[in-house]
Amino acid sequence: MKANCWCGIGEVQVMDVPDPEIINPRDAIVKITSTAICGSDLHLFDGYVPTMQKGDILGHEFMGEIVETGRNVKNLKVGDRVVVPFPIACGNCYFCDKQMFSLCENSNPNASIAEKMWGHSPCGIFGYSHMTGGYAGGQAEYARVPFADIGPIKIENGLTDEQVLFLSDIFPTGYMAAEQCNIQPGDTIAVWGCGPVGQFTIKSAWMLGAGRVIAIDEIPERLRMAKEQGRAEIIDRNEVDSVAEVLNEMTGGRGPDATIDAVGMEASGHGLLGTYDRIKQAMRMETDRISALRECIMSCRNGGTVSIPGVYGGFVDKMPLGSIMNRSLTIKTGQTHVHRYLRPLLERIKKGDIDPSFVITHTMPLTDAPEGYKMFRDHDDECIKIVLKPGR
Amino acid sequence: MKQQDLARALGWFSIGLGVAELLAPRKFEKAIGVRKNHNGLTRSYGLRELTAGIGLLAADEKKLSPWMWSRVAGDVLDLASLGSGFSSERNHKGKLALASAAVLGVTVADILCSVQLTKEETEPTSVRRAVSIRKSPQELYQFWRNFENLPRFMYHLEAVTVTDGTRSHWVAKGPAKTKVEWDAEIIDDEPNHLIAWQSLPGSDVENWGTIRFDPAQNGKETIVHVELGYIPPGGALGAIVAKLFGEAPEQQIKDDLRHFKQLMETGEIPTTEGQSAGRAKSATKYESYVRDLVSA
Ligand SMILES: NC(=O)c1ccc[n+]([C@@H]2O[C@H](COP(=O)([O-])OP(=O)(O)OC[C@H]3O[C@@H](n4cnc5c(N)ncnc54)[C@H](O)[C@@H]3O)[C@@H](O)[C@H]2O)c1
Ligand SMILES: [Zn+2]
Ligand SMILES: [Zn+2]
Repeated sequence: MKANCWCGIGEVQVMDVPDPEIINPRDAIVKITSTAICGSDLHLFDGYVPTMQKGDILGHEFMGEIVETGRNVKNLKVGDRVVVPFPIACGNCYFCDKQMFSLCENSNPNASIAEKMWGHSPCGIFGYSHMTGGYAGGQAEYARVPFADIGPIKIENGLTDEQVLFLSDIFPTGYMAAEQCNIQPGDTIAVWGCGPVGQFTIKSAWMLGAGRVIAIDEIPERLRMAKEQGRAEIIDRNEVDSVAEVLNEMTGGRGPDATIDAVGMEASGHGLLGTYDRIKQAMRMETDRISALRECIMSCRNGGTVSIPGVYGGFVDKMPLGSIMNRSLTIKTGQTHVHRYLRPLLERIKKGDIDPSFVITHTMPLTDAPEGYKMFRDHDDECIKIVLKPGR
Repeated sequence: MKQQDLARALGWFSIGLGVAELLAPRKFEKAIGVRKNHNGLTRSYGLRELTAGIGLLAADEKKLSPWMWSRVAGDVLDLASLGSGFSSERNHKGKLALASAAVLGVTVADILCSVQLTKEETEPTSVRRAVSIRKSPQELYQFWRNFENLPRFMYHLEAVTVTDGTRSHWVAKGPAKTKVEWDAEIIDDEPNHLIAWQSLPGSDVENWGTIRFDPAQNGKETIVHVELGYIPPGGALGAIVAKLFGEAPEQQIKDDLRHFKQLMETGEIPTTEGQSAGRAKSATKYESYVRDLVSA
């Protein structure tokens, strides 16, 4: 089959690789009909996530048709159309029982690597470095899905791939990011980053009762989407001296009730601190650049919540811990517990509350993945979200 | 200083001496008072020093003693050679005496270090670990009580055969198709709570283990405590056993217990072994890659 493989920093290649096979009794094989490129893939592409190996198959946002099931998968049959959540979860352990699926204790075969780096291990993830399992991903014609009796959600006909594909990650991710803010009716929520995750965060904040949503980015078309599709007030960070000052002014000097970092480890930063982060990260002296997160923390109102869907990998510098402590802030974060949101959010889509396809700006054959990655990274052609179609 | 550090320092000393003997045998001989040319012999001693030195620097932290003993043997040879040097009229007796005294001093240090290392390397090693598993103590006890199940999640075991109510025969996989075998006997058995076993005399490696199943506070899980121990044997078998348990026995036990938990909770052990990738299967070297990361 054809699969998009990581081949080094800034390089992916569509290669011919063996078709996946059932390895464990709870596996299933999915023939992929649609798969997407995520901001998280950019962190791998740009080389900021350790433990990638040349030839690793990328991709964690995918859906398709079941073509084979292991002997212990009873709830799915060949021909079923499914969306696959990006975290792999067993459904049996302590954390799965608590619905914290991205903390599944059993699904990461390389838990020992993650334990070295982070103390304890999160779940395994498709196509997302060996530290989180080294599982082959879904930017391919077929994928092997472990614990297939727990993860994939069946989709009836009548909904297009484009409408349901993002249940695999970014819709639940945006939703959990907003849910973590414990939004009270009328709250003001500020969202850093108007990438695909930011866009769903904005929509979810409204669904959960926000009174105002403010979106921050620097890319015109993304800000436009936040405004037109997300009905958010927008701040172009290139147009203002200080985002925090503007937010203060907009909120009567108090700051937003909750702030959300939908940017992650490759945030662009201005001024001295921004340059400092860039140099340290380039020299691999810190793993993450936290300029967006710093702003989230400093801008949030006293006693408010900082929600972090943006991905971070290691250790950071100049973290304003004093601001968090002295101002009673709450930090909420995590890889999304996607399984928890599949059914309720599918219901939302069916009811017509939201049509997730609004973020898609480009659709291309899987074989164009290398161009797609560059286009998405460089924001060429006003690219916001790319869907890849295998077999075209 | 740790004995291991002393051994490594003596390794460097061996290398220095070896290089001098190999490259400038004549100068070396003159320095210790030998008049007649013995270049061939001196060079061969140099090679011996070099080998011991490299061995001491390259060997595993827990496998230094054989190399130290090889230094002691070398010292004895050196002393004998120096001693025979006194019988030749032409040699410089003063220098020879000085050299002998120096070698004698080093010999004492070598012997002390070797004895200490041997003692440390054959001391019992034991590892303790705990893991929480979402199954009842009964279920877990029953599975473990049949030792024949253990190789399903302890990857270094090839097979365990239960021979009667309390005895079993264990075969573990060593490096390069070697095998390590022992018989074990259950010495304590509290149904649904505890099992303790011990290897019987005549085993390749003396070892023991205890596993305890305590109900967790949350009422849904069992906390499993494991303690495993062994006495590292000496010699060639020692090297195999060291490989078997890895450089980090704690990590190995941890991985085994994780596999046990995975198997009990999910019915399988998650893996990516055998999945497809954009590289030749043989080029993956996946396991060693993970091992390197873990032991880094
Ligand atoms: N928690 C999860 O489970 C989860 C799931 C999916 C994605 N993510 C993460 O969410 C983040 C966003 O994903 P995405 O797909 O939207 O990526 P993206 O790269 O498309 O979007 C990031 C956006 O942030 C903007 N940005 C950069 N620096 C900024 C700054 N200092 N202030 C404000 N905006 C800034 C960029 O211009 C860009 O529009 C990534 O870190 C990704 O890894 C997390
Ligand atoms: Zn994603
Ligand atoms: Zn689980």
